[in-house]
Amino acid sequence: MSTEDEQAKAVSEDEISEIPETGSPEIGENEQDGSGAMIILFFILGFVASLIVGWIIFPKLLYSQKQQPVAFNHAMHNELVDEGCESCHFFREDGSYSGVPKLAQCIDCHEEVQGESEAEEYFVTEYVQKEREVPWLIYAKQPPCVFFSHVAHVKKGDMDCVTCHGNIGESESLRVYEENRISGYSRDIWGSNIGGFKKNSWDRMKMDDCAECHRKENVNQGSVQTEKGACFVCHR
Amino acid sequence: MKIDRRSFLSFTIGGAAGTALSPLPWKLTDDMAIWTQMWPWTPVPEKGEVTYVKSACTLCPGGCGISVRKVDDRIVKIEGLKGHPVNDGSLCILGLAGAQLLYGPRRVKAPMKKINGKFREVSWEQALDEISKTLADLRSKGEPHTVACIADSDRGTVPELLNRFLRVYGSRNFIRTPSIQDSYELTLNLMQGVRAMAGFDVNNADYVLSFGSGILDGWGSPVHMFKAHSLWREHGGKLIQIEPRLSSTAAKSDSWIPINPGTEGTLALGIAHVMIKESLYDNDFIDNYSTGFHEWKRHIIDGYNPEIVGKVTGVAPSTIVGLASSFARARKPLAVCGRGKGLTPGSLKEFMAVHTLNAMVGNIGKEGGIWAVPEPEYIEWPELEMDQTASIGTQQHRADGAGSSLYPQARYLLNRLPETMNASSTYKLIQVLFVAGANPVYSMPGSADIKEAFEKIPLVVSFSSYMDETAQMADLILPNHTFLERYEDVPAAAGYNRPVINLARPVVEPRFNTMHTGDVIIRLARALGGTIAKALPWESYEACLEEMMGDRWDTLVEEGYWTNTDFAAPQWSEAFETASGKFEFVNKEISSLARYSPVKPEGDEAAYPLILIPFDTMRLWNGYIGDPQFVIKSVPDTVLKKNDVLVEVNPATAKSIGLRDGAYAVLSTPKGKARVKVHFYEGVMPGLVALPRGLGHSAYENNLAGKGINFNELVGPFDDAATGHDAAWGIRAKLAKA
Repeated sequence: MSTEDEQAKAVSEDEISEIPETGSPEIGENEQDGSGAMIILFFILGFVASLIVGWIIFPKLLYSQKQQPVAFNHAMHNELVDEGCESCHFFREDGSYSGVPKLAQCIDCHEEVQGESEAEEYFVTEYVQKEREVPWLIYAKQPPCVFFSHVAHVKKGDMDCVTCHGNIGESESLRVYEENRISGYSRDIWGSNIGGFKKNSWDRMKMDDCAECHRKENVNQGSVQTEKGACFVCHR
Repeated sequence: MKIDRRSFLSFTIGGAAGTALSPLPWKLTDDMAIWTQMWPWTPVPEKGEVTYVKSACTLCPGGCGISVRKVDDRIVKIEGLKGHPVNDGSLCILGLAGAQLLYGPRRVKAPMKKINGKFREVSWEQALDEISKTLADLRSKGEPHTVACIADSDRGTVPELLNRFLRVYGSRNFIRTPSIQDSYELTLNLMQGVRAMAGFDVNNADYVLSFGSGILDGWGSPVHMFKAHSLWREHGGKLIQIEPRLSSTAAKSDSWIPINPGTEGTLALGIAHVMIKESLYDNDFIDNYSTGFHEWKRHIIDGYNPEIVGKVTGVAPSTIVGLASSFARARKPLAVCGRGKGLTPGSLKEFMAVHTLNAMVGNIGKEGGIWAVPEPEYIEWPELEMDQTASIGTQQHRADGAGSSLYPQARYLLNRLPETMNASSTYKLIQVLFVAGANPVYSMPGSADIKEAFEKIPLVVSFSSYMDETAQMADLILPNHTFLERYEDVPAAAGYNRPVINLARPVVEPRFNTMHTGDVIIRLARALGGTIAKALPWESYEACLEEMMGDRWDTLVEEGYWTNTDFAAPQWSEAFETASGKFEFVNKEISSLARYSPVKPEGDEAAYPLILIPFDTMRLWNGYIGDPQFVIKSVPDTVLKKNDVLVEVNPATAKSIGLRDGAYAVLSTPKGKARVKVHFYEGVMPGLVALPRGLGHSAYENNLAGKGINFNELVGPFDDAATGHDAAWGIRAKLAKA
């Protein structure tokens, strides 16, 4: 057995050692030039393709596009109310924030169909009359591992809604809601730029964006409730 | 151009470099992190408006006030109601898990009718129509007395409505499920001449002699008792626990006195003997406010000296003398009885024996003593106008034999019902049975006999909100709203010494197609017409309740409870309504009852050398409510391991049979057999086997169903000679290798 193995090994070594002997050195150099270009070309191909995948195709695959259940015109409503955003997105007596309005608030004005818009009619017949809550998709919804108090930021910190939410109050229609297929959260949290770059303070709502402002404004470095610092300022 | 291996490698490296410079890996990592931190299937309470609703817990007779935290329309937490006289902000494990009974899987979602052994949904109209036709039919045949109702309470508007309905229909068969309330009521009635509930001023007691009462295992009003126990700890109060097993209560007592099971009454009389001999009693009370003491004294002196009592009870004579001395010398001593959670009425004479200890130290109606709490008086309905059928019907004997010549003292005898019904195979004693807020098929001893009796009843109607064992045996289920969806007055907290009324109210809208039992009764009355409709004239249950509450309604709605803060026990000169106007140690009625003797366990000693006793804990509920999911999860694996129940056996006893710790064994009693696991426990007296109550459900979801053994399948009722109430505290048993 052992002798046969050794023989086979010897044969293959012979074959390998034969290759340089039979080949002509000139042809070898030409081929090397060509293959060098090829290597660079393929490197660039791979590089560009993956950049295209990463920057363009990946975000398209990552997010699903969802329409809001009812078309809504913020700008128009804003003109009709007295207290700006807080007319509908109000603070309750205990200081908690009401978030997206419930049907109960809409009903004050929309018990009957107003005007002639189709969306209005759809809203009244499908939701108001059937007493169903509208399943609004919330662009700024954060994961439940974070305590976020609106009242602390808006009332005590004197911040504008725009600082985090942008100019949604002036929009005439609701944007398409893009849902992350993995985490289930809105694209607004990471920001519309897949690279995570932002121009405005409201372009992203990740932890770093909170931290940036907290550092800049030198706000409490510990949780008011638990008096713990670092992560526990916001995290449960 | 030739694409070779190197080109391919180069492409890959280029791709890797490009990927690293694209957001893909970083974004994916971030998303994965978010996903793994917030599993989408982990329930997270919705955000919304937080509100609190004051209401009442009805899951046990404890009478706690609750504050229910809601986020929008969803109940997220139940807390104790701060300032409530019974539980002041605290709550027990069952009350905390109450929301699971609302949202959990065991609900009956619509009226159901059993057709060929299977439940089918029917409309309320159809269900009510069917019942009213059957009821009308029975009346026309002159058999209204064959209608009966089992309920968990006889106080409050719903039980009173049921009772009133039955009466005016022509039946006396309203039956309350048994508990120590039966024995305490009779004790107060016979010795003090009052119709009242026993209340215990535990907060102010400083020496509590507990004859097996599970002070920390769910006796009385559980949360109130827990709080009282904490007060004793704080103020130096003492708890002496007398029972054969080291229960949680015994473990947290100041002194645990193991006693031969069933002989607690003998020990009480032994203590009385020492108190008499050493003149350790309240002379003022005995001389001026009691009668029959000297006659009673002779009987105690003759029969209960510490040596004799020591032999019977297994408690050393010196201990008996010590107990008598420290009990009588305490500033505010209190003696209580009723084993475990107090679900078995027990021997009346045993209760009377313990009550005489209270009388001898003169703590009746005193601070830290035992009080007679009058029955709630707010339900005042006009005298019933009975038609002829009803008059004849209500002259018939009760189906359970309560109040008969054999058992004249008893008001309700549910435990006697199966035996009476099963004795005859043809005569229809009960033709229609309503069951409200009770699960007798599970909770009554002698499960097999109960089932047999239920099968004989042509129409069983269950009002249960849950698919429990009794509902499963019913022909019709008319599901009530759960306690978080309905109005109901809850008068009196078990063992609390002042009158209190709680108001349960709809914290959320009913989730399913259920109906308030009060409304069902009013609608049935309306359908039957005549005097019956006249007797229950209300538009709805809510209207009836509001009318009954009168001036109290506003307080109830605002506070969640009503209490009479001015209530004080009457002076001794006015407290007793007996013939003599005094506390009676002996009277004609008491003398006519069978004498006290320890209740013997059923079974032959040779065939069944051991004795099986049950035990109760806060983690296992065995009345109408079975453990919700959170509560059953809290049961330790020394009690329940997967689906096997562990029986507690003293290692000495187990070794003598050749059983190892953790081994399977067959537990058999004259009533049945079960496969169990053995758990070595030094805290149970040799010769005993202890089995927890509250397991072995055949109904409910699989968190509870099929886990362990139902104690009631292994034991039968044992009629107390004096009253007919169930006085069984255990049964003879045998444990053998499996």
